[in-house]
Amino acid sequence: MKLNKILNNAFLIIVASLALSACAVSQKGTGQMQGDVYTGADTVEYLASGVPDRVFFATNESVLTTASRETLRKQAAWLRKNSKVTIVLEGHADERGTREYNLALGERRANAAKDYLMTYGISSDRISVLSYGKERPVDSGSNPLAWSKNRRSVTVKAN
Amino acid sequence: MYMIRTLFTIFLFFILPFKVFALIEVDITRGNLNPLPIAVSPLSIDENSKQNFEKILKKNNIGSEISLVVEQNLKASGLFNPLNKDAFLQAPEIANLKPRFEDWSLIKAQALITGKVNYVDEKLRVEFRLWDVLAGKEMMALAFTTVPNNWRRVGHIITDKVYERLTGEKGYFDTRIIYVSEEGPKTRRIKKLAIMDQDGANNKFLTLGNELVLTPRFNPTNQMVTYLSYFRNLPRVYLLDIETGMQEVVGDFPGMTFAPRFSPDGKKIIMSFAKDGNSDIYTMDLENRIVEKITNHPSIDTSPSYSPDGKYICFNSDRSGYQQIYIMKSDGSNVKRISFGNGLYGTPVWSPRGDLIAFTKLHKGKFYIGVMRTDGSGERLLTENFYQEAPSWSPNGRVLIFYRETKTNDKGEGFSAKLWSIDLTGYNERLVDTPTDASDPSWSSLLSN
Repeated sequence: MKLNKILNNAFLIIVASLALSACAVSQKGTGQMQGDVYTGADTVEYLASGVPDRVFFATNESVLTTASRETLRKQAAWLRKNSKVTIVLEGHADERGTREYNLALGERRANAAKDYLMTYGISSDRISVLSYGKERPVDSGSNPLAWSKNRRSVTVKAN
Repeated sequence: MYMIRTLFTIFLFFILPFKVFALIEVDITRGNLNPLPIAVSPLSIDENSKQNFEKILKKNNIGSEISLVVEQNLKASGLFNPLNKDAFLQAPEIANLKPRFEDWSLIKAQALITGKVNYVDEKLRVEFRLWDVLAGKEMMALAFTTVPNNWRRVGHIITDKVYERLTGEKGYFDTRIIYVSEEGPKTRRIKKLAIMDQDGANNKFLTLGNELVLTPRFNPTNQMVTYLSYFRNLPRVYLLDIETGMQEVVGDFPGMTFAPRFSPDGKKIIMSFAKDGNSDIYTMDLENRIVEKITNHPSIDTSPSYSPDGKYICFNSDRSGYQQIYIMKSDGSNVKRISFGNGLYGTPVWSPRGDLIAFTKLHKGKFYIGVMRTDGSGERLLTENFYQEAPSWSPNGRVLIFYRETKTNDKGEGFSAKLWSIDLTGYNERLVDTPTDASDPSWSSLLSN
């Protein structure tokens, strides 16, 4: 009985440590991702100093993350200061989806960014939306990190 | 662009009446485990005709060339096993008059095709006969007259006739494939519309690659094509007449139009229209340009495809939270989800026979091409791969063509996209050769009926 309990506890400890080390490994492998949303700066360009041009999405999602909202607020502030600038929001999907659905998904993502910019005072007249679906990946890799970089909405100056 | 219909008049007549009973039968509802051994004797040709065609077509022996087209078609179908010509004992011209059936059964041929080519008034005249070797009987005999340049099509039509006689179903050989040709790095692909015969011959590019083009689809009633073009960075649905090269925008709404397909009568285009983050399905009547909204839902509704009687539409929607397949009446009423298996489902396409819907499925990181009945029952997965999608039906509903992409290595190298075909039984998966990488294939209806 007692032995059993000790063994049981030992087993739990082993399981726990395995779980922890699994976490550590996956943290290391996907250090530039949170969940499956890209958090790195590899492909990011800047509209102006401190104003990143793009936001990233989870698989099949068009929900803006906290980091994405922060990026878009910076873009909105910059656009308010530069009131002549018009923009195109280019929505993209990764290669792991059918072409037509991804065109719609890219459009949905770019519009999520557009709606957020509008709530921060940017007129819809200054924003157009263009979905590329999965046609223009930035990273040609076939792995989760590459796919996370490709699920994006990029704000591009149109004039 | 090139005038198929006007140049091409095939005069078709029967030399002898059909025998009314089928002696040999090929069952196409099973796999091709025992393809029918068939001997395709080279079409015989007299010396004068041979020289004339050599001048016009630059082919040494057009009779042999035509029979080679037939042989390759039969082989590619997976249902026939064309025998090696070296083993043939009887000369083509004699075999066409009266085969010595013992000689052909000796090499295990069960069926035999013979024929003759003549040069008549600057035209190509071809006659052919199909023989049942075991019964020692002629099964059919036909003759065609056409312009010499159509010689490959003659081979395809012969195959269609043989296929129909032996399987009891229409063939799919005198058809073409329109597809997207792809070149360049994965991050900046150059895409052009291209068209070729079903067997990969006569490949032609229809656009120059200046703008991104996607998802071309044939009108089932003629040789018009609808597709998506990013001309001037405005993704819109276009119409292309491949005989004249005329293009026009048909989905010029204030947003993106995409995922176009024709209605079965060829009079409407059904497509998605995306605006403000929402995609719905619309139709446009090509004659009066009246637009109708078919779905009205805040989810993504796309990839619509009509049933062959035009009464229903299958489509792709994520209204349940994920991509699934739905059907509805053609006015948009009675929407019903039909895909309930594990995973995501996309690109539904209704079979021209009406009984099945082909689809792409994503499950646990793998992509499948499959078919299900129109009520969603009887799901069958035909092929599994890293990435594949966009099945298109052969006009007889027996074969699917789709595209497949390869996984790149750690450096992002090694990407390619190719066309593949597979028959409904899940057997006979084949690479369809294209001069460049290729995607988004669409199969035409039979050019001649």
